[in-house]
Amino acid sequence: MSIVLTPHYEDASRRGWQYRLHLDAPLLFALIAVSALGLIVLYSAGGGDIELVERQLVRLGIAFTGMLVVAQLPPRLLQRLTPWIFVIGILLLLAVLISGEASGGAQRWLNLYFVRFQPSEMMKLAVPMMVAWYLANTRLPPTGRQLLASATLIAVPTLMIAKQPDLGTSLLIASSGIFVVFLAGLQWRLLAFFSVLATAAAPLLWHFMRDYQRQRVMTLLHPESDPLGSGYHIIQSKIAIGSGGLFGKGWMNGTQSQLDFLPERSTDFIFAVLGEEFGFFGILLLFTFYAIIVVRGIMISIQAQDTYTRLLAGSLSMTFCVYFIVNTGMVTGLLPVVGLPLPMISYGGTSIVTLMAGFGILMSIQTHRKLLPT
Amino acid sequence: MNRAILLLVSGCLLLCILFARLVYLQVVAHEHFTTLSEDNRVKLQPIPPNRGLIYDRNGLILAENLPSYRLEITPEQIDDMGTTLSALEDIIEIRDIDRTRFEKLRRRKPRFEAIPLRFHLNDEEVARFSVNRHRFPGVDITAGLARHYPQGPLAVHALGYVGRIDEKALKTLDSSNYRGTSHVGKNGIEKTYEELLHGKVGFQQVEITAQGRIIRVLNRTPPVSGHNLYLTLDSRVQAVAEQAFGDYSGTAIAIDPNNGDVLAFVSLPTYDPNPFVNGIDYDDYAALRNNDKEPLFNRALRGQYPPGSTVKPFMGLAGLESGVSSSHSSTYCPGFYRLAGKDRKYHDWKRSGHGTVDLNIAITQSCDVYFYDLAQSLGIDRIHDYLQHFGFGKATGIDIQGELSGLLPSKDWKRSHRDLPWFPGETIITGIGQGFFLVTPIQLATATAALANGGRMLQPQIVHADQEAESDELVPHQPQLHETITIKEQQHWDQVIAAMTDVVHSARGTARHIGKDSPYRIAGKTGTAQVFGLKEEEKYDAEAIAEKLRDHALFIAFAPLDEPKIAVAVIVENGGGGGSVAAPIARKILDAYLVEAPS
Repeated sequence: MSIVLTPHYEDASRRGWQYRLHLDAPLLFALIAVSALGLIVLYSAGGGDIELVERQLVRLGIAFTGMLVVAQLPPRLLQRLTPWIFVIGILLLLAVLISGEASGGAQRWLNLYFVRFQPSEMMKLAVPMMVAWYLANTRLPPTGRQLLASATLIAVPTLMIAKQPDLGTSLLIASSGIFVVFLAGLQWRLLAFFSVLATAAAPLLWHFMRDYQRQRVMTLLHPESDPLGSGYHIIQSKIAIGSGGLFGKGWMNGTQSQLDFLPERSTDFIFAVLGEEFGFFGILLLFTFYAIIVVRGIMISIQAQDTYTRLLAGSLSMTFCVYFIVNTGMVTGLLPVVGLPLPMISYGGTSIVTLMAGFGILMSIQTHRKLLPT
Repeated sequence: MNRAILLLVSGCLLLCILFARLVYLQVVAHEHFTTLSEDNRVKLQPIPPNRGLIYDRNGLILAENLPSYRLEITPEQIDDMGTTLSALEDIIEIRDIDRTRFEKLRRRKPRFEAIPLRFHLNDEEVARFSVNRHRFPGVDITAGLARHYPQGPLAVHALGYVGRIDEKALKTLDSSNYRGTSHVGKNGIEKTYEELLHGKVGFQQVEITAQGRIIRVLNRTPPVSGHNLYLTLDSRVQAVAEQAFGDYSGTAIAIDPNNGDVLAFVSLPTYDPNPFVNGIDYDDYAALRNNDKEPLFNRALRGQYPPGSTVKPFMGLAGLESGVSSSHSSTYCPGFYRLAGKDRKYHDWKRSGHGTVDLNIAITQSCDVYFYDLAQSLGIDRIHDYLQHFGFGKATGIDIQGELSGLLPSKDWKRSHRDLPWFPGETIITGIGQGFFLVTPIQLATATAALANGGRMLQPQIVHADQEAESDELVPHQPQLHETITIKEQQHWDQVIAAMTDVVHSARGTARHIGKDSPYRIAGKTGTAQVFGLKEEEKYDAEAIAEKLRDHALFIAFAPLDEPKIAVAVIVENGGGGGSVAAPIARKILDAYLVEAPS
């Protein structure tokens, strides 16, 4: 076998530093841009609390470092570790269900004495990794038996997390698994069949929902029926975004945000602060950065050299897409309030670390490609 | 590969939906949401106006707004409420009622809002707290305005008082104008003139947070203070009158017959209105309520008494003007009167009789038999028709709410109200102001004023002018003339007044004691009203009868005779004799106004 110089090789040599550091420039640029925008909005959402921003900055530092570390791990290693990560994740989830700490009416936290830890966050990565690992070891497109096995791998952690209850995260995890299966070549007629099944199961889902979850769905449909109770969040965030108009009221000048009318404004509803203070164009800017991230992720998936990395990269990118669409859909009153933060922007630690680890994987996949065409 | 693109495309589709939503929210419905956001942010906050002040006719202040210090606690700034309260208790008195109210408010209000614990701190308490202030973060003294009545119990039944707005009052008030107002007139002038006194609420637009904390004031419409009121009352005369009663309960009204100005408005016993302003103690209130002498009862306005012999001048005039009697016609008084063909004797107060009496003697010596006979000749309906011109049986219309109308009986009245025919004997006793006949003190004084001014029935008024805040101009309240009583012959009128003058100034007049040393001439008439009826042969023995059942003593008068400036009606409850008890009180009132008047 002779070594043939490929376009990839030339490409790689031109962007040498990216390969040496295992970083992806477009992704890195977009992530830094989103984070910066997020800190600016957070400063305002916190009412000018610089300490809040500093704490978030520390988290971002940790998260970026985490990303950098993960990016150094070759995808081969990740693939080998995948089953172990998944099994450990499942065990931790079990531990949470048995002895987890309740916080805000839900058991999500596991106290490991040195750090409080949410195993569901770990599963955000572990589930798509596991499904990709499983399907990469089989012949594609998957057969019925393999689909059933994949479905089990997805359903078990999803249900365990839904039971905590954390509807938002379980939704993300389920969709990340489903994306892998879809990318692996799920047959169209099967997809159609499952879609019909899912639609039919919706009333059943209603049956299994908790009262507060049902309330959220009802609130979405009729927020004005209880303006001071469950509808308050949605009404106030719609007012915030709507009154922002095209150009917004200006940084630190949002009356909805600064005068406390907007609840949860530095966490789940921070998108409304952006909408109020920076208007439609501010949102457009954020969505541009988000789009760069998703498109770049999909490109990495397309350029990936083996099945595992292709499936995983595609799934991680699309899950991120679902992530911010669900949050913004919920804040603008299109979706029920499920309790998902706005990725990279909302105040809070664990989800950023997980997200950035995911981007680390994407970068690793992109920068560990072989110089030879496969 | 194409599947990844497919996913990307579907992601874009979702994003498009999201953008459509944003365009709707931020472009299409932008103005709607801007309005909502403004509504959220800006609150209209009321600024209560200052209540108008009340002065007497000489400019003495009767109701004012004093800075009042209250102790407030902001729960947000308190670590341990229990410790703070008990530490406060050592330096400032905190009653249970204060504590209860505080706890109630604390549950209702946001934590950052200051909640009053004590009202009306005195200077000493303010000083004691100020020294200890550093020990109590979150506890503050704030100054506000509180209604205060510097004259205390003086003329309280005319003045009334303000109290906290309760739910009942809330229903009748214009709620938008009373936003921010805590007190409202509960009775007396404070209630009657509530609208003028209150003023117009002001507003400030403030930017607030979702919790209601004020960030800044955007603009301000100042309130318009209430009008000041100038009363016709003369505090000096009022005070003299109230003291003249001594320990007696009773009522007195003094009116200027030239314009209906009420100079004195006495109802005794009286009470201090100040404790009512911020809620009187339950025990104190119970003590007032259960007091046998009923200090809370407004006798001047709502007391209804038999006029007794004070009605005789009016009866005499009725006889003369209707042609039933003349000044020469006389009646023989054997000490009793008997209806033709009936056995029942109607006794004169003087059992031995007055002998032959004409109108002058009948009034001067208060002969009952003369008026029994006159009443009999007139008949009840003619009595009713004539006396009603003097305002008996209907409210005078004085500008204090709650007046009762008294009762001037007639055949019609008895049929419609009692469903009974009129009995001749009832006419007889009506002639001396007994039976069904009831008058209020304000009616009696108004009628006396009409006697004094030649028949002009003026509506008594207690507020003679009001004044807009920050204005020097007084807006006078014009006297109201109800009617002018037709005088058929001036001579009749003169004869009755001459007889009334003899009551005070002749040797046998029933009120001769007050006339002896009087520097001016007085026309008057004594009266004694039976509290309970005597049987035909019983003799009234004041000593033997419990004080509560003793007769009421009455006296009406006006002076000076030639140019009357004041007319009074005095009723001393259970006082006994009109000449001995009521007349001296009237004399003191007249003196206070006519002799001791300041230059």
